[in-house]
Amino acid sequence: MTRVDNEAAFEKFKECAVEVLQVPAEKITPAASFAGDLEADSLEVVELVMALEEAFDITVEESELEGVETIGQAFELVTSKL
Amino acid sequence: MSEGRVALVTGGSRGIGLATARRLQRDGCRVAVTWRSAPPAPLEGPAGSEPLLPVSCDVTSPEQVEAAFKETEERLGNVEILVCSAGITDDTLLLRMSEDSWSAVIETNLTATYRTCKRASQKMLRARYGRIVLISSVVGLLGSAGQTNYAASKAGLVGFGRSLARELAGRNITVNVVAPGVVSTDMTAVLGAERLSALTSAVPLQRAAEPEEVAGAVAWLVSEEAGYVTGAVIPVDGGLGMGH
Repeated sequence: MTRVDNEAAFEKFKECAVEVLQVPAEKITPAASFAGDLEADSLEVVELVMALEEAFDITVEESELEGVETIGQAFELVTSKL
Repeated sequence: MSEGRVALVTGGSRGIGLATARRLQRDGCRVAVTWRSAPPAPLEGPAGSEPLLPVSCDVTSPEQVEAAFKETEERLGNVEILVCSAGITDDTLLLRMSEDSWSAVIETNLTATYRTCKRASQKMLRARYGRIVLISSVVGLLGSAGQTNYAASKAGLVGFGRSLARELAGRNITVNVVAPGVVSTDMTAVLGAERLSALTSAVPLQRAAEPEEVAGAVAWLVSEEAGYVTGAVIPVDGGLGMGH
């Protein structure tokens, strides 16, 4: 993926996160943690995953979510499937 | 009252499901009903109400459940009220119960409820609103000889419903269970007059319920005024299951 593609993908990712987690866009940074920085509970994370699956037309297995705690990790998981 | 809300009632062509669909229709909901053997008739309700939307659906088929939700969403909008009423019995003593009989009852009564609730909750989560009611049975907690499969499936709904209530509570979605006792429906008509009278003699209120009496409890649970009730198991059993 080129740098431009990557940035476009992150923008799309950010849109999903802002809508589902109801947080300001500037809080969606690679280092932001779901539980701490974004105060997202487990259900919100699942909702985000479902929104990302739809937006990027990908499928994420339950087991792949283990250890995913930050925006950066989640974004990496998404881009690995594109 | 739940005026203007979109409701989906599974097993809505007869018995408790049909009575519930008609009650919600009367209360001003826009109601879709799934049916398997025959669609409900007539579709029209009292003046000013919207006709029922019959949706052919075998709830044991994931594809048909998906199609039923799609059709309801296209015709009426996203489902805000879900009543899981589709259910079957296949009674016999455990020693005579086949694997098929066990599986069929669990599949229709419990697994199909998992399926429909899962599909409905996706849209309810986004809407931050939802009402789910599962039709269980007094025998789920009381037990009933000859109904190990049915009782297990109906007790399963209590654990399922309460777990789901906890999962969805933060999103303004309530999940409740109604546990009817002996109700005058096709399901109990097959028992015959003698067995039915033996059953009702054990009921403190000394009679079977009309389906409309169960529908009344469902209508309240899905109404705005029951917004603080979730994870409840409401008996509508004439006192039969008291203490459970």
